[in-house]
Amino acid sequence: MHIVVCLKQVVDPELPLREFAIDPQTKRQAREGRPLVLSTYDENALEVALQVKDRTGARVTALILAPQATVGDQIRLALAMGADDAVVVDDPRGPELLGAAKVPLLAAAIRRLGTVDLVLTGCESADWVERAVPPLLAEALGAACVTFVARVALEDGRAVAHRQADEGYHVVEARLPAVLSVTSDEANRPRLPKVKDIVGAKRKPVQTWPVDALGVAPGDAGVEVVDVRVPEQTTRCEFLEGEPAQQAEALALRLRDLKLL
Amino acid sequence: MAGVLVIATVADGALSRSSLELVAGARTIAPAVGGGVDAALLAAEPAPPAVEALHQHGVGVVHRVVHALLGAGQSDAYLAAAEQCVRAATPAIVLVAADTVGREIGPRLAYRLGAALATEAAGLEVADGAVLVRRQVYGGRAVATLAVRRTPAVITVKPRALDAPAPAPTAGAVRDLTVELSAEALPTRVREIVREQAEVGLEDAQIVVSGGRGIGGPEGFKLLAELAQVLGGAVGSSRPPADAGWVPISWQIGQTGKTVRPLLYLAVGISGATQHVAGMAGARTIVAINKDPEAPIFGVAHLGIVGDYREILPPLIAKVKALKGQ
Repeated sequence: MHIVVCLKQVVDPELPLREFAIDPQTKRQAREGRPLVLSTYDENALEVALQVKDRTGARVTALILAPQATVGDQIRLALAMGADDAVVVDDPRGPELLGAAKVPLLAAAIRRLGTVDLVLTGCESADWVERAVPPLLAEALGAACVTFVARVALEDGRAVAHRQADEGYHVVEARLPAVLSVTSDEANRPRLPKVKDIVGAKRKPVQTWPVDALGVAPGDAGVEVVDVRVPEQTTRCEFLEGEPAQQAEALALRLRDLKLL
Repeated sequence: MAGVLVIATVADGALSRSSLELVAGARTIAPAVGGGVDAALLAAEPAPPAVEALHQHGVGVVHRVVHALLGAGQSDAYLAAAEQCVRAATPAIVLVAADTVGREIGPRLAYRLGAALATEAAGLEVADGAVLVRRQVYGGRAVATLAVRRTPAVITVKPRALDAPAPAPTAGAVRDLTVELSAEALPTRVREIVREQAEVGLEDAQIVVSGGRGIGGPEGFKLLAELAQVLGGAVGSSRPPADAGWVPISWQIGQTGKTVRPLLYLAVGISGATQHVAGMAGARTIVAINKDPEAPIFGVAHLGIVGDYREILPPLIAKVKALKGQ
């Protein structure tokens, strides 16, 4: 069993608002001098992969497409958590590519890794939230696809996934190979690497592949990003003052005036 | 290649609300792509009320596929049926609701058709003859506008992002299509659907009482549930309570969770991370209760109370009950 976890590097989404800016040239968030981290759900995807590894002895490869010079911390974290090896597809344009553009590159990299049974990703990236890569990647690899997965078990050569749904969750069985996108759940809270894991991670193999060596071009999303802007805030909050009981009463009366009761 | 095709689905025998929202979006952009609005209705039953609702809202041709596998979240069946309808109808633009099934099949449909793709649209417009897609990016901190540069294009639209359209009765037609589907041949199969939704569906509730990290644990949500009950609303949450397992993940509202547009949104102990605000900013009236006067939630709220919800909610529940004569 070989599992590939696709990771994405983003500017820390918790960055204070005053440090947030759009680069007018790239129409993307300015990265210069800002902390870079793994995208929000990527560590959950890694955790799911590592739980399968713990149960079945699967091999886990971390794959990341990003400018190689910037990505050391994220790769070290993935290896310290327990990934067996890592591949960096070195692409200076990586941060600007839309999902549809990135998928042929990721698919080519995954094919180059040989037989892969499961591909895991975060359910969405913290920056562009397209949710497009997992289903597109499934098509490109000829794999089954289940998105927003909270937990995964393997039964008789199939993946059984809990898929988050509008009304609760679905238990979905998928044949392998499968691409699963992972959401956060109590059951996949990312493990914290121990000191010996962090030390051990330094000996694990990391390969760097220049993106051009993949022999494929980025895909064409067929859409152009024409504008990205920070919206102006328009609402002004009216505060209800007083003791808690007075505040509560004032609120109840306002709700009645708004015909909400 | 002209016009817009809406991928429509059925819920409880009727046209699903998100399908109707897609019709609204389709009517907005149809003039830019030279054609009318048609629909692919994918359902487990013939669903005459859904066909009627589509015709009543300006949809001309309804391409209908009826198959027992079109229901219960069977994405691969929906994908095959949608692909066949699109190939028959040859639209310029295909609209898909970004719900549990739609967010899986929308990009895959684009891949199979070699179509352009824009996902998770919060708004659709036309400018200078081009179809524009508006969507939130960077956790709701910015809004991106994408222009569709070639057709066909598949656009997925967030549920509850668009208003339902006004009626526009059309003399429509129904074309039934047959799609060969067998459960054994599909790469995925839904074994079981587990419901954990509150009695009032969160996305359809007119009043939502929502709790965040400041609630402190699962116990506090009982107080929220009591308030929601006297108000006749539903309970939701921001991400931390769902992550911590205090509430089911299906209660989560925000960029990652559900989008809601109720008349009243009561945010209790929610800091107001942009991630959360992205899912509730469309509420008519937003009330925030938070201990921290600097909490960003007060930046989007219309009414604010700075205080401890444990002291505010009990008298609020009592007063609401009294005003409602309960």
